Amino acid sequence: MFKNPFIKQLFGSFLDLAPILAVVLVFQVLIIRQPVPDVGSLIAGMLFVILGLTLFVQGLEQSLFPIGESMAFAFARKGSLFWLLTFAFCLGFGAAIAEPGLASVAEKAAIIAGNANRIEQTDSAKAGYALGLRITVAVSIGLAILVGVLRILRGWPVYYPVLFGYACIAIMTPFAPSGIIGIAYDAGGIATSSITVPLVIVLGVGLATAIKGRNQLTDGFGLVVFATLMATIFVLAYGMII
Amino acid sequence: MIDWLIHFALKLLETSRNVLPILAIIIGFQLLVIRKPLPHPKRTIIGFFYVLLGIAFFLEGLDLALFPLGSLMASQLTTPEFLGVNPFEQVVSWQAYFWVYIFAACIGFAAALAEPALLAVAIKAEQISGGAIQAWGLRISVAIGVSFGLALGAFRIVTGSELYLYIIGGYIIVMIQTRFAPKMIIGLAYDSGVVTTSMVTVPLVTALGLGLASAVPGRNPLLDGFGLIAFASLFPVMAVLGYAQIAQWRNKGSL
Repeated sequence: MFKNPFIKQLFGSFLDLAPILAVVLVFQVLIIRQPVPDVGSLIAGMLFVILGLTLFVQGLEQSLFPIGESMAFAFARKGSLFWLLTFAFCLGFGAAIAEPGLASVAEKAAIIAGNANRIEQTDSAKAGYALGLRITVAVSIGLAILVGVLRILRGWPVYYPVLFGYACIAIMTPFAPSGIIGIAYDAGGIATSSITVPLVIVLGVGLATAIKGRNQLTDGFGLVVFATLMATIFVLAYGMII
Repeated sequence: MIDWLIHFALKLLETSRNVLPILAIIIGFQLLVIRKPLPHPKRTIIGFFYVLLGIAFFLEGLDLALFPLGSLMASQLTTPEFLGVNPFEQVVSWQAYFWVYIFAACIGFAAALAEPALLAVAIKAEQISGGAIQAWGLRISVAIGVSFGLALGAFRIVTGSELYLYIIGGYIIVMIQTRFAPKMIIGLAYDSGVVTTSMVTVPLVTALGLGLASAVPGRNPLLDGFGLIAFASLFPVMAVLGYAQIAQWRNKGSL
């Protein structure tokens, strides 16, 4: 029973990864014209990636999707706005604060700020700056999920918050220190990881299903994009204030 | 073998630590607020373990195979010998980096197809649209968007032009497209761009940006190396909105 779908999924993962392997090999051999270093670990690594992707998709459909869905339904039935919004905030905050990619970007941002003499050139000042930045991003993502859930409940069109986010970014950018702009623009994309995204998507779609008069497609999506825009806005503000 | 097992166990531990806050939030709310047991506890827990194991394998494999090669290639493609320019020249014309743009476009396309989070969203979208949105169609349009975005982002790093002009320009185009696109697709299109910049794309693209900014004369890797992720998450939005628009026109034509 289990064997056939699993093998099918393994093959699907192989198809997903074949393009990246092809690009790397073609460029290395035909254009750069250098030998491929360490073929053994390349093959082993690709096998790991294929296995990993297969397990991830399997687990997602078996675990994260149903959890997110059942929680969305439970909150909708419970009807407590306060707890739903608290949950939305916690989910966004918790996901971003633990994201390793965000931590490494925050460290780079602290080095830039140090070089520009915006903060003291000491390790403790930089560590403080980096931690502050991570908390800022986490709060912004928590708030964004909260507002996004509120949007689904109220039935506002999905482009309202996005338009608002675009406008804020366009207005704030000219006033922000130049060193922070690139990081601010990238922060949102970095802070939303592979576990958060499926959970948030399912939460949105589940709420849109559970609430009468909402459409899964038109109302359920759009939570993640607002999270990244809010992260950009908050990082720009952080750069201006500190 | 033992070394490797220890290494893998550490990776698994690291992954678990990263998802710990989310797990704590889910369990906490489930027990304290919702106060109902999960429908299929055993199945869910095993599934969650699959997710952890999957991510650990995935990251381990990328570390082993793709990332070292990816950064090696980014630096090889930008050496003066490969570009065929004088290493002491201060200004190199942007055309010299031709292969960098092609590489950025190809790796962006391929990385988007390998991205697990995008796969997750595409599966979900196909399910709830009852097949009206094809998972493959969505993923290919996103991949085309990422590929164009990265090529343009690489061009920006080479020419040293202002990041925000491109991004704000992109925002304006997205808003105009939103006005005309079918309502059904808008939220999905917005999300699919962001979803793509995840486990595969972010590290690869960061390596490319830093490599390029260190190699091009007059660029500072700390300042100019960033911004590629923003390109990679904005252009798929346009691509998906465009895809929906074209699909709508074609359906109208056939009616």
